[in-house]
Amino acid sequence: MTQKYLIPLAAVFLLFLVAYTGAGAGLGWFFGIVFPYLAVLAFLVGFVVKVTGWAASAVPFRIPTTCGQQKSLPWIKQNCIDNPDTSSGVILRMLLEIFTFRSLFRNTKAAFNRNASNRITYSWEIFLWVGALAFHYAFLVVILRHFRFFTAPVPSCIQFLEALDGIVQVGLPGLFLSGVVLPAAALFLLARRLFDAKVRYVSQAADFFPLFLILGIAATGISMRYFTKVDIVGIKEMTMGLVTFSPVIPDGIGGLFYGHLFLVSILFAYFPASKLMHLGGVFLSPTRNMANNTRAKRHVNPWNYDVPIHTYQDYEDHFRDKMIEAGLPVEKKE
Amino acid sequence: MADELTPDELLDKIDYGAPSGDWMDTTKSVQIRPGMYCYAAKAESVETLGLPNARPWNPIEEDWKLPDNWQQILHEGIKERLERFRTFKIFMDVCVRCGACADKCHFFLGTGDPKNMPVLRAELLRSVYRNDFTTAGKILQKIPGGQRLAGARPLTIDVLKEMWYYFFQCTECRRCSVFCPYGIDTAEITIMARELFNLIGLNIDWIATPVSNCYQTGNHLGIQPHAFKDMLEFFVEDLEDITGVDCTPNFQKKGADILFITPSGDVFADPGTYTCQGYLILFKYLKDKYGLDVTWSTYASEGGNFGFFTSHETMKRLNAKMYAEAKRLGVKWILGGECGHMWRVIHQYMDTMNGPADFLEVPVNPITGTRFDNAASTKMVHITEFTADLIKHGKLELDKGRNANRIMTFHDSCNTSRGMGLLDEPRYVIKNVCDNFYEMPPNTIRENTFCCGSGSGLNAGENMELRMAGALPRATALKHVHEKYGVNTLGTICAIDRAALSTLCEYWVPEVEVAGIHELVGNALILPGEKERTEDLRMEPLPGCEEEE
Repeated sequence: MTQKYLIPLAAVFLLFLVAYTGAGAGLGWFFGIVFPYLAVLAFLVGFVVKVTGWAASAVPFRIPTTCGQQKSLPWIKQNCIDNPDTSSGVILRMLLEIFTFRSLFRNTKAAFNRNASNRITYSWEIFLWVGALAFHYAFLVVILRHFRFFTAPVPSCIQFLEALDGIVQVGLPGLFLSGVVLPAAALFLLARRLFDAKVRYVSQAADFFPLFLILGIAATGISMRYFTKVDIVGIKEMTMGLVTFSPVIPDGIGGLFYGHLFLVSILFAYFPASKLMHLGGVFLSPTRNMANNTRAKRHVNPWNYDVPIHTYQDYEDHFRDKMIEAGLPVEKKE
Repeated sequence: MADELTPDELLDKIDYGAPSGDWMDTTKSVQIRPGMYCYAAKAESVETLGLPNARPWNPIEEDWKLPDNWQQILHEGIKERLERFRTFKIFMDVCVRCGACADKCHFFLGTGDPKNMPVLRAELLRSVYRNDFTTAGKILQKIPGGQRLAGARPLTIDVLKEMWYYFFQCTECRRCSVFCPYGIDTAEITIMARELFNLIGLNIDWIATPVSNCYQTGNHLGIQPHAFKDMLEFFVEDLEDITGVDCTPNFQKKGADILFITPSGDVFADPGTYTCQGYLILFKYLKDKYGLDVTWSTYASEGGNFGFFTSHETMKRLNAKMYAEAKRLGVKWILGGECGHMWRVIHQYMDTMNGPADFLEVPVNPITGTRFDNAASTKMVHITEFTADLIKHGKLELDKGRNANRIMTFHDSCNTSRGMGLLDEPRYVIKNVCDNFYEMPPNTIRENTFCCGSGSGLNAGENMELRMAGALPRATALKHVHEKYGVNTLGTICAIDRAALSTLCEYWVPEVEVAGIHELVGNALILPGEKERTEDLRMEPLPGCEEEE
């Protein structure tokens, strides 16, 4: 069991060290230019291949999971979001799922008390939802903030987001909320995996690796911003070089940055082959993205094929005498 | 057998903590244990439909008598299904093992067995998928220890046996799917797994024999046409004693308005039989009052579809009868009785598989004028939709007092709630035929409802320990309302429930009885020309008619 998290943890350390020392040994061009390009390419190609692979599979039946009252009689109130029968309902359901993790919000925790009443009790378990939401939104803000390194001039929306993220105005350089929330939430999710017996039992190395990787990315990023100051002008020169396809390796950027960039690159390259593809999958899940109107509108199965059936004629041939004797109507009298 | 395991012994076994270590190390030690598994499919039942590898075999014996190339058959079977079902492909890829589903499964809650956590049940198959079908799995295989790191494993006989054991411990109830942030539906994964098992002849008999019966004889129980008619006529005699009215139904009547199809369980066993009598009373009432002509069919005498628990193809083969018979008889549309998985099949599969039903009309209730637009294409209406509409328009004369002895609660069936959303229709009917109705706690009803523990073909006798463990969450909620409000009747709209919940009550909450909704309708409905009733459909005294001591 321990190897499931120790190996991913060691791997992340190792990856960081490889880039840190490699860049110092004159391989900056590799970790700063070649690998990031390859990683982004792997991400884009992998992502598209995966999603088109899913899309290539048929959706033979319309099987949404219905989580509320269906549309039936006009005087019975339908739950238009959790049991949508129209595209707009489905869109609303999907938006709530994607942006607010609605299904996770329902989460409960069951407990069994072996005593006189032997009750199973269910309590609302909000922490996974809070942790997941905090993690994903903080990550999104961090990613969006980083667009300041890839744009010149920095668009006002990015500057506005930065201002919002730094609204607490603590310390210098100003503290970003996302920089606190992201690692805190990631640590919470990690702690769940380590200390909740059930979650630990189902966890794989593939669940720990991305968490450690993201924690590594956050740690190196935070360290550069708040503690070991780096040559921010040089870094921007380099990142701008990357997006304008005229890459340069300025001097004096430091191993920490290469470590950071390498871990990010690994994340990109790893993404399409991993569970992180839930980013794409959530949009395509047939139990959520279909309207519950199969009885009202016919759904076509592209590979529907004819099957042998036991026809009425076969049936009557088999039972004709008995049917006639019992007074049941038959097609042929003999 | 649960006969040997008392409720207390069963409760003693429950522990929601998970063991330490790696679940993959426990595969070899999985013991297929009496009380927890169903007997193997009989060869002759498998042969009826010409399904593969019919032979006698026994799950607890070492040799399962598989074809030599069983691994290849399964590998190709998985590959084919990944292409045919986007659900399967996505559900194999996107699970993040967040654990939200872990304690949502009634079998986990009743057994504490970690492999009954939906996530782990799916991982049994997913680990094989990762090994054989993913890039990461294929790369990591090549380094020592890499397979384990990828969470992958080859499909060995032990892995197969473990999967078989646990995919027949899932009732395809979809409760986990409600809580999954990606809508991963374990029912869908179980459906795929069982389809794969059937490719190498690994069905259970409680599914295979009903399927064979249904195919040949028209219904799961193998009731032949003359016997089916006899059984309904037997009810007619009882009803004449109770009501003084002759409720003889039509059989195979060409040109009738409506074809009625219900699970054969309602013809066969108590308390479903009382529900069946309720249907007979309702149809007699509608015939006499409004001239509505409803017919039954002995050919299409099965609403349920155990083919659904075998493979999509078998489901289609059994379901085809409904439209075929409606077409032959020339009815306008089809009315379906109270059943759970039957309605998932009708609602989400039938039209796609065996439609278009262009020979039928968009269902209109001729008595109220209501057009059932929600069934405009499939042309099949649920009986509680139909009855609720009649009641709403004041078309039924009801005497609630005849159900005054019933203190009701309602068990939402998995399939009608999470595969359809039929929630308020049955409640509306109940409230109009009975005065005392109390809901079970919100975490256990509607879309959160708990399975009876015996669905998806697991309603056998030999796996009673499993069934009663799976029944525990439902039983606990029922016990709560029994103690709090004095609930004595558990209403349900599912034939398997009527059988399974009766066993559940006997085991866990003996003071509660199970009743179909149309049994209550049958009690309350005042037939034209009926005599003064003193007995309910169970031939027990009506409230107020009890004999003086």
